[in-house]
Amino acid sequence: MSEILEKPEVQKIYIDARGPRFSASITTLVLALALVTQNKWVLVAQGLVFLIGATRGPQFTPYGLLFKKFIKPRLKKEAPTEDVRPPKFAQAVGFGFALVGAIGAFSGATTVFTVAVGFALAAAFLNAAFNYCLGCEMYLLIVRFKTK
Amino acid sequence: MKTYLPLVIVLVLATAYGIWWKRSRGAIRSTKAIPGHRLTEAVLGEPLGSRATMVQFSSAFCAPCRATHALLSQMVVPMADVKHIHLDAESHLELVRELDIRSTPTTLFINKDGIEVGRAAGTPKREQVLAALAAIR
Repeated sequence: MSEILEKPEVQKIYIDARGPRFSASITTLVLALALVTQNKWVLVAQGLVFLIGATRGPQFTPYGLLFKKFIKPRLKKEAPTEDVRPPKFAQAVGFGFALVGAIGAFSGATTVFTVAVGFALAAAFLNAAFNYCLGCEMYLLIVRFKTK
Repeated sequence: MKTYLPLVIVLVLATAYGIWWKRSRGAIRSTKAIPGHRLTEAVLGEPLGSRATMVQFSSAFCAPCRATHALLSQMVVPMADVKHIHLDAESHLELVRELDIRSTPTTLFINKDGIEVGRAAGTPKREQVLAALAAIR
């Protein structure tokens, strides 16, 4: 395996690759609910889930724990694994949207709320339905942008 | 008060985008090559294949990059005139900018003179790779 793909500086943690996709499905439902009911507390709750995922890791969110306890035992034993960092980054992006949306909701800017939740929902839905990894797509662009 | 319109709009647009994205992954497209731009051994750090070369740009912890590397490196084993060069995007940012590479994995298909004839974003399928290589004289 090429060394390029295995940078040794960061301790690698691998998770069951099916977990984040399951979490993305739950996230999609929660954000859809927030969007339809325009309820900012639903968004706040999801924002906290994102925060846990972004800081500790997606495997420690309520959805991740749900997956581990109830879904994973019912799946095939051989689990495709992936590095935890891209899903962690995706959670951070979600948290960013949730934060903007919450600020919008609490300051009465409902359009900001709707747009922010809409984007977060789109990202979660794309991941759940198409295995689209927003972090993977954005990563190189961010690196290019940061090191002008 | 319930409002379904934003949800419908988001789902419709996201689905359309998702379908487009899924279909474009791995497809070899020839619209981004810069005319006259050559990728030489000096630039790439390795000699080119005698007929064609696949230059794959990867990032760290990118699962599709591993899959692409596994596929391409295995495919060139029986091909004496095709090489697979593997580059880390982050340590080749100048080249990444020159070539306007936006995501990883991106694999450039170049001929023996270092001219790009097509590139694929995402993991290509075996048949797509074979077809692209066969078209390079």
